[in-house]
Amino acid sequence: MSELIFEPEAAGMHTPVAPVDATHGILLYLEGVTVSFDGFKAIDNLSLYIGDGELRCIIGPNGAGKTTMMDIITGKTKPDAGRVFFGQTIDLLKLDEPAIARIGIGRKFQKPTVIEPLTVLENLELAMSGAKRLRGLMTTRMSGEERDRISAVLDQVGLNEQAQRLAGVLAHGQKQWLEIGMLLMQEPRLLLVDEPVAGMTPAEMERTAELLKSLAGNHSVVVVEHDMGFVRSIADQVTVLHQGRVLAEGRLDELQVDPLVIEVYLGGEDAHH
Amino acid sequence: MRFPRWLLSDRTGLVLLAVLMIIGIGVPALNLLVPPDHPLHLTAYTVTLLGKYLCYALLAVSIDLVWGYMGILSLGHAAFFTLGGYCFGMYMMRQIGTRGVYGDPVLPDFMVFLNWKDLPWYWHSFDMFWFAALMVMVVPGLLAFIFGWFAFRSRVSGVYLSIITQALTYALMLAFFRNEMGFGGNNGLTDFKDILGYSIHADETRIVLFVLSALALAGGYLACRWLVSTRMGRVLVAIRDSEDRTRFLGYRVEQVKTLVFTFSAMLAGVAGALYVPQVGIINPGEFAPLNSIEAVIWVAVGGRGTLVGAVVGAVLVNYSKSWLTAALPEVWLFALGGLFVAVTLLLPYGLIGLLRRRRETAS
Amino acid sequence: MPSRTLIRAGFLTFALTLQVLLGVVPAHAADDAAVQATLVQLRDADFDGKAELVETLAASNHPRLAPILKALYDSRLYYQEENNRTVIGLNDAAEITIEDAVTGAALGAVSKRSLDRITANNRLRSLIENRLASLGLASADSQQRKAAVEAFMRNPDPSGAAPLRERLAVETDGGIKESLTLALALADLASDDATVRATAATALGGQMQTEIRGRLTRVAADDSDANVREAAKSALSRTEFRLQLLGWAETLFFGLSLGSVLILAAIGLAVTFGVMGVINMAHGELMMLGAYTTWLTQQWLPVNWSLPVAVPLAFLVTALVGIAIERGIIRFLYGRPLETLLATFGVSLILQQAVRSIFSPLNRSVAAPDWMSGTILLGPLEVTLNRLVIVGFCIAVFALLWLALQRTRLGLEVRAVAQNRAMARAMGVRSARVDALTFGLGSGIAGVAGVALSQLTNVGPNLGQSYIVDSFMVVVFGGVGNLWGTMVAGLSLGVANKLLEPWTGAVLAKIVVLVFLILFIQKRPRGLFPQRGRAAEV
Repeated sequence: MSELIFEPEAAGMHTPVAPVDATHGILLYLEGVTVSFDGFKAIDNLSLYIGDGELRCIIGPNGAGKTTMMDIITGKTKPDAGRVFFGQTIDLLKLDEPAIARIGIGRKFQKPTVIEPLTVLENLELAMSGAKRLRGLMTTRMSGEERDRISAVLDQVGLNEQAQRLAGVLAHGQKQWLEIGMLLMQEPRLLLVDEPVAGMTPAEMERTAELLKSLAGNHSVVVVEHDMGFVRSIADQVTVLHQGRVLAEGRLDELQVDPLVIEVYLGGEDAHH
Repeated sequence: MRFPRWLLSDRTGLVLLAVLMIIGIGVPALNLLVPPDHPLHLTAYTVTLLGKYLCYALLAVSIDLVWGYMGILSLGHAAFFTLGGYCFGMYMMRQIGTRGVYGDPVLPDFMVFLNWKDLPWYWHSFDMFWFAALMVMVVPGLLAFIFGWFAFRSRVSGVYLSIITQALTYALMLAFFRNEMGFGGNNGLTDFKDILGYSIHADETRIVLFVLSALALAGGYLACRWLVSTRMGRVLVAIRDSEDRTRFLGYRVEQVKTLVFTFSAMLAGVAGALYVPQVGIINPGEFAPLNSIEAVIWVAVGGRGTLVGAVVGAVLVNYSKSWLTAALPEVWLFALGGLFVAVTLLLPYGLIGLLRRRRETAS
Repeated sequence: MPSRTLIRAGFLTFALTLQVLLGVVPAHAADDAAVQATLVQLRDADFDGKAELVETLAASNHPRLAPILKALYDSRLYYQEENNRTVIGLNDAAEITIEDAVTGAALGAVSKRSLDRITANNRLRSLIENRLASLGLASADSQQRKAAVEAFMRNPDPSGAAPLRERLAVETDGGIKESLTLALALADLASDDATVRATAATALGGQMQTEIRGRLTRVAADDSDANVREAAKSALSRTEFRLQLLGWAETLFFGLSLGSVLILAAIGLAVTFGVMGVINMAHGELMMLGAYTTWLTQQWLPVNWSLPVAVPLAFLVTALVGIAIERGIIRFLYGRPLETLLATFGVSLILQQAVRSIFSPLNRSVAAPDWMSGTILLGPLEVTLNRLVIVGFCIAVFALLWLALQRTRLGLEVRAVAQNRAMARAMGVRSARVDALTFGLGSGIAGVAGVALSQLTNVGPNLGQSYIVDSFMVVVFGGVGNLWGTMVAGLSLGVANKLLEPWTGAVLAKIVVLVFLILFIQKRPRGLFPQRGRAAEV
């Protein structure tokens, strides 16, 4: 009946990231994707390519389709038309959310979503790749190797001191980092990060920027963000979404002088508010 | 003997197990060894009553596992309890044999009364104890599996799920009321004589049933406690708090839910099977939606998501019920209704939660 | 002066009308003596003579003919020797109360021994019956004509067909014309001519009266002529078809009426659950309170007036109880639906027990007003009035609720809060007040539904419980937050239930529908008419 119960490779051990064929340097392909809700086209013939190891920022006014795009990549929403490929070979439209998560795509929600009654450590353990089949779940202990992986991620997101605290008592920024840490425990090739710095102090923002920049290279990172200062501090490539399609793509300083972009987003306050 | 850490760190659980051990030995002793005229003597009636509470407690534990940890409020768990009871009742019916009113060696009385000629296929093999004992878990488990498989896969959750679990038990109640179903209709199954040759009216049998109920409760508690201390337990909590997050972490939420729901239904089935020989009857009224909701309130009173709380709540509420329905029958429903309101409004973590908070503020 | 003539003419007309109305037509005075003379002869005549005398009487067209013949038929006609007149006995005691046969004047009580009974035999009775029928046929009162035709149809003797034929030629009332044709066809079935029988059988096809079907069945089985049998068979099959259609129409109506009950029970829930997202397990008990309110009003008011008073009163009572529940309990539990479910279930237990303690655990019977009892004909379909009234009531309640939500300020605010609470508050909607009023509205409708239920079932403390599962299923089936969905769901579930019942029996039908719903929700968790878009995600 279920992969969970009968999957042969259910070893409960650390399994490496699924082999993704990114030979052409492109990790994620979205081609001609369209999705509509009740006649309203949330995504309209969108094409987007994310390079292997790239850090990409996606900006756009409210309702531009940013969250819907993430829903499509992670399998929550199925598009009406178009192709979505992970590397050369994996058709994401044929997979459901857990399968997409397991092949190496992690997603951070807009609202920080950590499991509050569990400790930071347990949250990371929960997210650990390779432990998601039944045999891996039926244990109360942690191997030395697993402990090492968790402490490495704790270092990376700077939550070492908080390891034994409940996630629910963390500060807002710390919750965001914990969630990013949970993504890292999944050992993803691609991280989708929705508004990571909303509600953060400038110091926290700075740390987050460093964290995300350090991830690029080993992982591809897609960040959806509103805060222009933050976008400027992390991204070289920026994509502007508008009405469900790509309006412009390029470096932020180029985009800021693009009259189209200025009209719909950067300078077009009058038209939209 | 070395206790595993998951058990040692569970203080309240150890207290519960100790209490169960004490009454598991003490109650039989007070019944069998103390002479009947001694003030400490426990009558067979009391033993049976306590045994009933233990069965309710096991039902409550099974509900707490799915509600307290996984966030699924089942308003139909009494259905699994009752099905387990029916399965064991069928075994005891078959044991009556020629001692029934009509003296038919194979057919239970009600079938003779309905002029049935043959035993329906689903009554076959229930004359064997091992088969019935197996069915006590298989039948509720299978129903829960099928139900859960469909419901969870189509992502029915929250109150919707609660409502359809209620509809499920309601439909079962209507169905079992029908004579044509072959489960004795209105009257259900009763007039049991013996189990494995031991009369169910004998004090010794009652004691054995009581001890078995205590063991089943202890076993069920340990199984659930172990489950929630594993990584699986963390997954359950994650599903309860954020199903989407859990899914995007790569867990097959539907399968985990189906699995745990099925396990929980099997526990409820065992509780029902132990309950029926002690009360001596099982009828469709046990499927009534009120019973399921009442069981949920035991868990809420004790404190959900604690397992121990489920046991405490089940015993406390049922003890009050026995006492109130005898002393002030008018007041019972007021009290139960008030309990629902008071617990949800004032005591969201139940008695155990209250104790824990006390301890935390004290330290 | 023209005006004066007019007044006189008017007066004359009035006087004539009055005379006709009172039946005091003086022209008859002369006849009375003749009729009395004929009647007096009855005493000594033999049965053949009596038959002749009856024919003579029938020819007289006297207004008292019907009571006289009826009395002779019943052997209540007596000869009173001391006054040499015939009288009609009004009872059968030793001291018998009598009236004059011809004038109908009351003559007080006399000893039975002073009277001679005028006897009749069966042949005479059958003649009288026939003449009475023709008499009825000639009556100016269409009801009496109808009764006469029906009497003939029960005993279609071809020898009495002649008056029917005569009447048919002059009859103007369409309905009676039709019955006359049928009655004649029925008489023709006994004709010696096979072609006449066959034509008659064909003409009777599709008629659903039991007498006609019985006769046709006999003809189809026993007639000596094969063509006639064939004609009768095909006529019967047409009847069967019509009966089947009628059966379906009846099922449909029963389904609609059950559906209306389901809608009434569910529509309040559609407001509280659908619009507010609050699970109110005490909804059934609010209906019960509405039913008890009806019972209470009947203790104070005459039954015929109680319902129009009970409807607003029940609305008020349950709306207030609902608002109390919302303010006292539910508002502390917003965003925690499972807890709301448990708490309101507790409320339902308290309400049940309260009713049990205050009134009694026994059922109360609520009387039906006159204008809701009995049956009426909708075409060929005979429907009970109370069901029809409830269907209409359901439509009215639905329409009012729809208008309230679409056209009033409160309705606008309710919809705004349902779509986006935060935004509605930001725009100045006092959401707490809206919540309380919405809940009151939903609860009030439950009370109104209870008034309707009190006309269908026993009113007891458990009334609500039996509807709660059903009403939740209706709301979920229709799609939460969609009133039209609730309507469609209620109607289709009602009809489905009634369609299944003939095959499976009532209980199994209910189980089948429940199982279907459980499966349906798996397939479409958001119901028939789901809400879409961002609002649906919350």
